[in-house]
Amino acid sequence: MRLREIRDKLDARVIVGEDRLDLDVSTAFGADLMSDVLAFARSGCLLITGLSNPQAVRTAYALDIKAILVCRGKSISDKFIEIARELNIPVLWTRLIMFEVCGRLYQEGLIGCIRQASEIEDKQIA
Amino acid sequence: MPSEKFLEGIYYVQGRDFVDAGVVSSDIKRALKEKGIPESVIRRVAVITFEAEVNIISYADQGTIQLFVEPGAVTVEAVDIGQGIPDIELALQEGYSTADDSIREMGFGAGMGLANIRKYSDVFTLTSEPGNGTHLTSVVKLDGK
Repeated sequence: MRLREIRDKLDARVIVGEDRLDLDVSTAFGADLMSDVLAFARSGCLLITGLSNPQAVRTAYALDIKAILVCRGKSISDKFIEIARELNIPVLWTRLIMFEVCGRLYQEGLIGCIRQASEIEDKQIA
Repeated sequence: MPSEKFLEGIYYVQGRDFVDAGVVSSDIKRALKEKGIPESVIRRVAVITFEAEVNIISYADQGTIQLFVEPGAVTVEAVDIGQGIPDIELALQEGYSTADDSIREMGFGAGMGLANIRKYSDVFTLTSEPGNGTHLTSVVKLDGK
């Protein structure tokens, strides 16, 4: 699913990466705890989060996450935007709650980057 | 023992400096990319250093993260001066955490950090002297074994 379609499905605003809306993602991970993102998320996914501090961007960068979607209308600081630009990670923003975001995107065919936590035994962050 | 381990970089981490959490991990990731290390290895090292960095910021007064690159492996050594870990086995349990609100507000403190570092390491050692500090060594092998 292209970022452009995600933006349209979620009435989202593009905060960083207006020129990268053709970027394609097929998996997602949703969490506010970056500890859990680092433990469970996989590379190449879309990160859906309500955490809008710079650590969310740096976490995404560590894992080669393709793009970040900030939900629940959380305010995004200038520092967040600056780091996302520097690390070249597109950021979308929506007022929708995480449940609503996940439901809409799942309906469109996006799936979780892992199904359940037991897969964490795998050392590779594929 | 002859060593072909080269110090690639040494990074200083200041305790309680929550604003810059993750900066060292990003810097290390960039350095490894420039060296042409495989991406899957870089991701593992980036997660390990991110968690180690957050631990120093959260629990220690100050510390350093050293990055070594040798032909078959990348080694991360995180050494800090601080309160240390009284019970390492307990600290390694997923979900065990002594984090305060300032750590949780940053998105950390779920008790996954050390377990996560161990999970992504091929060789993992953690020693601590309570009241003095902690020494963590993590090796990620390029062939993933």
